Amino acid sequence: MFQFEFMRYAFLASTFIAVTCGIVGVYVVARSFSFLAHTLSEIGFAGAAFAVFIGISPLWGMLLFTLLGSISVGELSLHTDQKESSISAISALFIGMGVLFLAISGSNSRYATNILFGSIVGVDQQDVIQLITLSLVVLLMLLAVARPLNFDSFDHIGAVATGLKTGFVGIVFLVALAMSVSIGSQIVGSLLVFILLTLPASTARYIGRSICAMACWSVLFALIGVWAGLYLGFITNWPVTFFIAVIEVAIYLVAYLIHAIRK
Amino acid sequence: MNQTITQNAVTVTALTMKFDAKTVFHDLNFELKQGSMTALLGPNGTGKTTLISILMGMLPATAGSYTFAPGIKLGYVPQFRNLDAEYPLSIRSFMELNGPLFKSAEFKAEVNHELIETHLDSIQHIRMGEASGGQKQRAYLAQALLDKPNMIILDEATASLDPAAKEELMGLIKHLNEKHQMTVLFVTHDVPLAKKYMKEYLYLNRGQLTQGKMATFTEVYE
Repeated sequence: MFQFEFMRYAFLASTFIAVTCGIVGVYVVARSFSFLAHTLSEIGFAGAAFAVFIGISPLWGMLLFTLLGSISVGELSLHTDQKESSISAISALFIGMGVLFLAISGSNSRYATNILFGSIVGVDQQDVIQLITLSLVVLLMLLAVARPLNFDSFDHIGAVATGLKTGFVGIVFLVALAMSVSIGSQIVGSLLVFILLTLPASTARYIGRSICAMACWSVLFALIGVWAGLYLGFITNWPVTFFIAVIEVAIYLVAYLIHAIRK
Repeated sequence: MNQTITQNAVTVTALTMKFDAKTVFHDLNFELKQGSMTALLGPNGTGKTTLISILMGMLPATAGSYTFAPGIKLGYVPQFRNLDAEYPLSIRSFMELNGPLFKSAEFKAEVNHELIETHLDSIQHIRMGEASGGQKQRAYLAQALLDKPNMIILDEATASLDPAAKEELMGLIKHLNEKHQMTVLFVTHDVPLAKKYMKEYLYLNRGQLTQGKMATFTEVYE
């Protein structure tokens, strides 16, 4: 299948996206941001629809909306006790806007399907370069704040007690999360990008006992999902996203059951 | 050495804290000697944790001041941690959160040393979520000790522990005080425990503070 250029691009882009989402996911789960990751997916959908409406690349629309969305949701949920309600409200607003932008831009339902469910085999060389660059930017951002991010994500109270300034780290992470949602959406679609951002990392929590070990397991499970998903999608012609979702859920359930039996 | 022991670790002068119209405490004056073991006692809601937060520099006081002696490095073990039963990090990894990203041989040796000192070396690879209350408290202390403090504040560290775990933690704190001349400020409700291990007391109630030798502590909680 590697004789096809589009498959080579798809594998290359997915590999970088899986590594990025796998690592970001470790912090998403540690900070209990799974619901926020889910909401950002929907905000990303609205951003892509907006991009179609004004005639720019969906990726840039997604980046714009998820960045605005993650900062505002992050700020809102810091200052309210009703974190879930505030996220729900913002989520509802953005899905509504997404539907509106798609309707008034007059684009066909095929385009909406691509945004929602992904179209990795549609990426060209320029897309691949964009996705790899953005992945590297996210990874470098995390590396730059890794020490305080680790401490704050895994022991917020202890981090504050040692005098760490956790606010800045929180913002950097929200930006990294927004970018991960935008690039992850390019393969699995905005509706299901939270799979890559939560399931491999949740599975890794059952196995790893250090942040480094969890990150490695999380990346491995994300890679297994996207590589096997692309391969199975190629030979069956079924949607890649379907296979990625099923594989990640299956790995998670196996790890969960082993963990439950051992306990 | 004797000379440094008699110096003040911290001097608090006319410290007042008000939240809106409510005065938490007013005109507190006290000092803690270097190498002292002091219990901070008082009923719930008298502002013990507020006082600690001010000393830690996490909360600005309404009026008054506090001065730490030069060379005092303060460690703090807060009252609550939100680690659930599924918390994944091992005791060792949890401690190492308070360390560099890339761990030098020197830092690893330091972690090993603190694991032994806090009696956690044999269980360093079990998950914090699976550790007992006493093991968790010792891990919190070990994490703070990686900063090499010479003064430590513990907030209700024994509150949820069974008697054996309490004794082990207090024995450890006593060891730190005797062997490393660490200045200890120990916030607690447990007067018998404080009488057994602490030498001085600060008693905070109704916005007022009294100070004295723990052996002579006779205040009654209402």
